[in-house]
Amino acid sequence: MNAASRLMPVAATTAVFLLGFLVCSLTFPNFASLRVVMNLFTDNAFLGIVAVGMTFVIISGGIDLSVGSVIGFTTVFLAIAIERWGVPPLVAFALVLVICALFGAAMGAAIEYFELPPFIVTLAGMFLARGASFLMSTESIPITADLYSHLADHALRLPGGARLTVPAMIMILVVLGGMVLLHLTRFGANVYALGGSRVSTALMGVNVTRTTIRIYMLSAGLAGLSGIVFSLYTSSGYSLSGVGVELDAIAAVVIGGTLLSGGYGFVFGTFVGVLIQGLIQTYISFDGSLSSWWAKIATGLLLFAFIGFQQATLRLARRSRRHATGGAHA
Amino acid sequence: MVPISSPHDDAPAAPPSGAPLLELTGFSKSFAGFKALDQVELTLRAGEAHALLGENGAGKSTLIKCMTGVVHRDAGRLSLDGVEIAPRSAEEAVKAGIATVYQEVNLAPNLSVAQNLFLGRQPTRFGLVREGEMRRRATAVLAEFDLDLDVAAPLERYSVAVQHIVAIARAVDQSARVLILDEPTASLDAHEVEILFAVLRKLKARGIGIVFVTHFLDQVYAICERITVLRNGRLAGSATTAELPRLDLVRMMLGRELAQATAPAERAPLAAREVAGAREAAFATFENYGKAGYVAPFDLALRPGHVVGLAGLLGSGRTETTRLIFGAAHADSGTATVDGARVALASPAEALHLGFGYCPEERKTEGIVAELTVRENIVLALQARRGVTRPLSRREQDEIAAKFIRLLDIRPPDPERPIGLLSGGNQQKALLARWLATQPRLLILDEPTRGIDVGAHAEIIALIRRLCAQGMALLVVSSELEEIVTYADEVIVLRDRAHVARLTGDDITVPGILAAIAEADPAQPPPAAAGRAA
Amino acid sequence: MSLRLPRIGTSQVVALLAILAINWVVSPQFFDIRLQDGRLFGSLIDVLNRGAPVAILSLGMVLVIAMRGIDLSVGAVMAICGAIAASLADSHSLPVVLAAALGAGLLCGLWNGFLVAVLGIQPIVATLILMVAGRGIAQLITEGRIVTFTSPELAFLGGGSVLGLPTPIVITLALLALTVLIVRGTALGLLIEATGGNARAAALAGVGTRLITLAVYAWCGLCAAIAGVVAAADILGADANNAGLWLELDAILAVVIGGTSLFGGRFSLVLAVVGALIIQAMNTGILLSGFPPETNLVVKAVVVLAVLLAQSPRLKGLGSSLFGRRA
Repeated sequence: MNAASRLMPVAATTAVFLLGFLVCSLTFPNFASLRVVMNLFTDNAFLGIVAVGMTFVIISGGIDLSVGSVIGFTTVFLAIAIERWGVPPLVAFALVLVICALFGAAMGAAIEYFELPPFIVTLAGMFLARGASFLMSTESIPITADLYSHLADHALRLPGGARLTVPAMIMILVVLGGMVLLHLTRFGANVYALGGSRVSTALMGVNVTRTTIRIYMLSAGLAGLSGIVFSLYTSSGYSLSGVGVELDAIAAVVIGGTLLSGGYGFVFGTFVGVLIQGLIQTYISFDGSLSSWWAKIATGLLLFAFIGFQQATLRLARRSRRHATGGAHA
Repeated sequence: MVPISSPHDDAPAAPPSGAPLLELTGFSKSFAGFKALDQVELTLRAGEAHALLGENGAGKSTLIKCMTGVVHRDAGRLSLDGVEIAPRSAEEAVKAGIATVYQEVNLAPNLSVAQNLFLGRQPTRFGLVREGEMRRRATAVLAEFDLDLDVAAPLERYSVAVQHIVAIARAVDQSARVLILDEPTASLDAHEVEILFAVLRKLKARGIGIVFVTHFLDQVYAICERITVLRNGRLAGSATTAELPRLDLVRMMLGRELAQATAPAERAPLAAREVAGAREAAFATFENYGKAGYVAPFDLALRPGHVVGLAGLLGSGRTETTRLIFGAAHADSGTATVDGARVALASPAEALHLGFGYCPEERKTEGIVAELTVRENIVLALQARRGVTRPLSRREQDEIAAKFIRLLDIRPPDPERPIGLLSGGNQQKALLARWLATQPRLLILDEPTRGIDVGAHAEIIALIRRLCAQGMALLVVSSELEEIVTYADEVIVLRDRAHVARLTGDDITVPGILAAIAEADPAQPPPAAAGRAA
Repeated sequence: MSLRLPRIGTSQVVALLAILAINWVVSPQFFDIRLQDGRLFGSLIDVLNRGAPVAILSLGMVLVIAMRGIDLSVGAVMAICGAIAASLADSHSLPVVLAAALGAGLLCGLWNGFLVAVLGIQPIVATLILMVAGRGIAQLITEGRIVTFTSPELAFLGGGSVLGLPTPIVITLALLALTVLIVRGTALGLLIEATGGNARAAALAGVGTRLITLAVYAWCGLCAAIAGVVAAADILGADANNAGLWLELDAILAVVIGGTSLFGGRFSLVLAVVGALIIQAMNTGILLSGFPPETNLVVKAVVVLAVLLAQSPRLKGLGSSLFGRRA
């Protein structure tokens, strides 16, 4: 794959988003506004945050099924910590982020030390985190702390009645931070290298174990942050929140042009993938007559289109490389 | 002093002398009782390219792995510049100054050239990689090798040759003193080999010692000052390139030790032919059959009761020929005819239905299904041919397994033992049984006697003779020339992925085959070019 | 020959018996079975009855996993087929309803098999597509509502009984017998184990691996359809949102508990069903013991971890030999 074809998936994703936005704008007169875009950001902030972490995991060649459960755990933990134990919200935030990061580190360590497929380890993590939140409370617990109403009201007012809310700001910061971390640091290069060839990465002297643990730490930590944002929307903690978010996040990453087999992808693509999913929802809510299940079907179709596209480009690349190397029998 | 058989003017006349740079003595390593290395030694001087040669299973890879700490040796000393070192991992070896570049380039193909050069040691400021600085340095490092690349482009965009040079540059930039190149030229064309050699000459001039593993003899004579040959885990010999003519080298690689316990019976293929009824018509013929970049088009006829031997060095196209015939690789030229009808040979399944059988060289990865029992492994091909809906009953399976366990003396004689627990020789016998159970008309055996104990060795040779006598056609790849001459009715010699000679009758002698293998192609370019003119 | 390895499966059966014994301790009536209106009732029957959907799923999943694959879409396929059955139940005869529902499942399975065997997409990725889209399709069929039906024929499949045994149990047993017949009565089982154990060796031995892959995913889709119909028949309706939700994970878990390695190869149909029963016995046990049902997931996570750790030396050996092979 050369540089152009590397960027192609992201370009295609962006084109799909722009096209979709255009269609929406032509269909609904008041669609094309900053307000709608800002709402898109706000409504999908939690997904955007968790999808950034998932991007790292998938580029490294892994998968994290536990993120939805971690979001659920975080909201319940926050509600209980703030409301029942009287922990100041900011302290509770810090606490829950540490817990989530440790949880991710444990999963990464299990994957490395027991040489188990990430899929099954994070599946266990999914059960564990969801079960833990159920054990803490099965009821929805409202959070009444001042900080919550304060943060909910706080927003940057933009022209046209648009509001850049706190969740949207956090998501934008996470996306930017994720881009810097993935594209401009040694850690980021190691993540790509792991996805490209795990054996080679180890032979090049990269500490594969440490890198893997950090990747799952990052993913779980961002899932925790996403849970904090989620609790801001609802001002409550509920053990069933975040069910199925891992699927949405994986879908956003794939639609964003990241190869599910690892090695290729961009945080920006994931961001656009999240926006596309949000756009589909927005279209459905603007239309009014369509049902929400179309969102799932559309996402599935997009997934198929992008996976098919990736498969085709991979095959082409492989064929041309085989040709170039003379097809030596290995 | 002029090298006797080197066609290249640039072959260095005298190897560098002086204190050894890298010295290893008494290297031994056993795997589960099998001696992979036995008292091997090697001395590398600064500025010298040292060829490490040997057939598959000779111990080259094990030696390299022991040198770089990837595998822990049982015994032996390793010293660099007179100081004893004991690296315990590839990483530690690199730190000590020994770097390895493998045939399968061990870099991240999806990362940029610059990232590959500096992964793990990128220049940073405030934790951020200084991309510009890194690219500048990368460009400078590569310029030393006369390589002008877009260092920001992903590595996979470049040819394997360039990837090798990047890997070498990475190693050298990490202050490597000793560079081990494990078959770097296996997938390069002639021009690329030249580029690589130019780099190696530069490195030699800088005093870096190179261990060069290859199976292209021309390249050995073009770049190396000294040669060490391993055979069956033991040192077969070591000499300067100038002192070792090509024919002697091939003999050293393929020759059988005199002390070998099982001196093969004398040549007797004629007898076999009498039994089967001489001069039977070929039932399978291949005309101009080949695949670009894989093996050059060849003609081949297979007759009942007739053994065709494929001889040549590792990588000469022997295995490739068998894979084409069995449908595991697809020819892009020529025709295959079986019983007068043209066949496509699109898959092993089709070859199986035509009555072909194939024992691959890679027994563990392509032959056995380790966790299945001996019985299940034996009936697999027969069952595949009968199809899903016509299962062999358990009784039939038991009978077949028992029959072949008895016939081939597979030990332990327990059909319900997972085959992975058997010794190599018994695994090989079970694989033979798998194909014999299908009563094939043609049996293709790729190195049937490699890596198995002496007793099983003799039994398999005897079996080949017996099968032949019963009228089966055989196509046998073997590095054991003494063996081939005892049973082959026809020997095809391969070199550089092409069939270069065909010996029959009384021409089938060990010296004759050796001469055909060693015969240097007087014309440049080096061998890698032939057979891959795509 | 005096030293023989313990028969494969001993540990699973012992685990099941142990859990049943614990259930008996926490709830002394656990093994009480009574006959009422020609149908058996009791906690033990309950375990079998409620475990049926996962057991049925695991019969398809075990073959997929033995081929070194995975099918994430079975829960969604259950929802689709349940929705079809529930929507048609009151307007069509039972054979038509079943043909439609099972046909849809077969089609879903073939789609997955096509992506894996023909297009060469990794199983986890290929089946993810239907996992995401499938629930949407199910909702499309039910038009987002919870579709209920009254057809007694269909309801019989969920709530009826045959010779005293609840129908789901009978269906599970029949399907188990049928699967064993198909897989072990033909050469399919051997060819699947050979392909899962070493795909390259199997292909070089002339096994047509592509067709087998297709067939195995199709069978998995069919099993999911049966499970979906049974689940819908049980609640006299179809809820596209919740039918079969997360059951793919339970099915995978059942297969893994049943001793089939995620790396393919040897498999056991009976033990996969035992695995499903172990999961259900735990669920029931937690309910009976008065613990909140929420404990369930934590216990399940612990079981996953325990099974993984128990298997890990083996996995580790396998992993490193694969690693070595590649190097």
